[in-house]
Amino acid sequence: MAATLGETRTAQAAPPKKLKIKPVDAIPLWLRTLAAIVGVYFILPTFIVIPMGFGGATTTFKFPPEEFSVKLFENFFTNPAWIGSLGKSALVGVLAALVASTFGTAAAVGLHFLPGRLPTLVRTLLMIPLVTPSIILAVSIYVSFLQWHLTGSLPGYVVAHAAIGLPYVLVSVTAALSSFDSTLLRASASLGASPWRSFVTVTAPLISKGIGTGALFAFVTSFDEVVIALYLRSPMFQTLPVQMYNSVTVEIDSTIAASSSLMVIIVSLILFIPQFARAKKTS
Amino acid sequence: MTQLSQSNSETFAAASLAAKSGTEVRLEGVTKDFGLAKPAVDDITLRIEPGEFMTLLGPSGSGKTTTLNLIAGFEVLTKGQVLLNGQDVGALPPHKRNLGMLFQNYALFPHMSVYDNVAYPLRERKTAKDEIQRRVGEVLELVQLVGRDKHLPKQLSGGQQQRVALARAIVFNPKVLLLDEPLGALDRNLRGALQLEIRRIHREVGSTFVFVTHDQDEAMNLSDRIALFNEGEIEQVGAPEELYARPETLFTAKFLGDSNVFHLGKVSPIDNAVAWEDERWAVDANTVSPKVASDRGSALVVRPEGVSVSKNRSEVPPDANAVKATILDIEYLGSYRTLVLALGDARLNGRARIDAQSSDFSLGEEVVAWWRPYRQRLVAE
Repeated sequence: MAATLGETRTAQAAPPKKLKIKPVDAIPLWLRTLAAIVGVYFILPTFIVIPMGFGGATTTFKFPPEEFSVKLFENFFTNPAWIGSLGKSALVGVLAALVASTFGTAAAVGLHFLPGRLPTLVRTLLMIPLVTPSIILAVSIYVSFLQWHLTGSLPGYVVAHAAIGLPYVLVSVTAALSSFDSTLLRASASLGASPWRSFVTVTAPLISKGIGTGALFAFVTSFDEVVIALYLRSPMFQTLPVQMYNSVTVEIDSTIAASSSLMVIIVSLILFIPQFARAKKTS
Repeated sequence: MTQLSQSNSETFAAASLAAKSGTEVRLEGVTKDFGLAKPAVDDITLRIEPGEFMTLLGPSGSGKTTTLNLIAGFEVLTKGQVLLNGQDVGALPPHKRNLGMLFQNYALFPHMSVYDNVAYPLRERKTAKDEIQRRVGEVLELVQLVGRDKHLPKQLSGGQQQRVALARAIVFNPKVLLLDEPLGALDRNLRGALQLEIRRIHREVGSTFVFVTHDQDEAMNLSDRIALFNEGEIEQVGAPEELYARPETLFTAKFLGDSNVFHLGKVSPIDNAVAWEDERWAVDANTVSPKVASDRGSALVVRPEGVSVSKNRSEVPPDANAVKATILDIEYLGSYRTLVLALGDARLNGRARIDAQSSDFSLGEEVVAWWRPYRQRLVAE
């Protein structure tokens, strides 16, 4: 029995043998070259910071670096201002992603099952933080948070960053729901599951990829957000991007090269998570 | 008792399921108005016996699915009552009505194995783990899917998926099983096999089945009784034989099987003869539908198997009703032949069934179609 089971599984997973057929209109070489150049143009500047991070502990930025050392990384991990702000950024990012994915998922699911035109309108409204210039958002958040005494505090950062992360969750969960068969909810109801139980046992598992993707984007958005963070900062509470900003404008501290490399690596890794998850499932 | 059930689990699997047999379903003046010109379901009253296999049959848009959804609780009643064993369930949400349901697209949970799908309703009811194991085992045996419990739905064929859905819908001994065109997505052969399966399971579990379909053959084959829907109302309720042999309206006569139809206009239900073109036909009082009234149009219908064909009038028995006809086509269907006829001066489309071996007739031939008065039926239009 176990053998037959295994056989059917592999038979299903293995793709049918592909014949090697040369496509008639293959992508021409010049187009491939152009695409490669454009790709490099967009990505390269980001990765220049990595070798710079391994440069000497001088106060000037030079590319290519004249020496190789890990001094800047050492600085980063020993200086409480740097490592502390990394911790705060991570904490704010995780909490903001949690809040954004909770409310974003609730909104997406609710709007998905509402009839009529209202959902489209509300969805557009919720997307506004995506298209509003950050400075306008930052000022309005700052003004209102001043009255509510939320500036310079963890809750303040979390609420503000959750608001700008929510649209990402909304988009990815709405996309996941488009392939969700709502008959399943009738089935679960007929089988005795309350609406909440149906959500937990049926809807949530089936849209989990959308929720996860949205949460990652919300985290990354919060993690590298600088404009709102600048307004909300206090001497006691500074996120990593604010610390980086300070390090060039106030202190001229080249540790920023190391922290930039770290940031690029962390963010890239996070955005690759869904790719890896998918690859693992299909293999 | 427990020892017995262990020693002879198969018999008891069926027995324990049959123990909680049928619930009476009563619809009292049930109405659902979506705000369109006519309510989707318009003041329906219907009593479904405990343990009965009732089919709601009708063309699409006739209100049969809406009625099923009203019983299930997926739609809110505009007016009327849905009573299960005398209890009004109108205010209960679907998950508290304890009704099993089968859907056309199976609606299996794609992320759960066959076992988890079938165990789902039991887990929602907080059933003990060993009890779940026992009952899922029993019910998978009942639908002949033993050994597939670890498969995911997508690894099964359509027919197997619907069996899993059936197992899931009956594993918790629901009061009533609602079936919403469950065989509609399957090919013809599979449909036949699953019809047999559904009949067998209905007999074994003994609960009330309410089955929705637009397929007349399926309805005739499966049902104890059929409620024929037309434009939100029930046209006629009865056993399949009754609906076929004694239709009350032209709609019923035409929806179930083929008919030769002669429109008569207004006739009195007490006349013992009717006229159509130059013909005069005897009417047997037994064959007049109770819905025929002198202020309403009527039609005379005859099934193709009731019609005989002769070369000329002299061969027609004196007590038969006859009409002249032209043979338009001859269809050979293996066990019989069908003559496609043009009836009377109006050249109405008609059909007569004759012996498969017969080669007496040729295309274009002028003949006489006739039938005994007891084979006809006078119905309301």
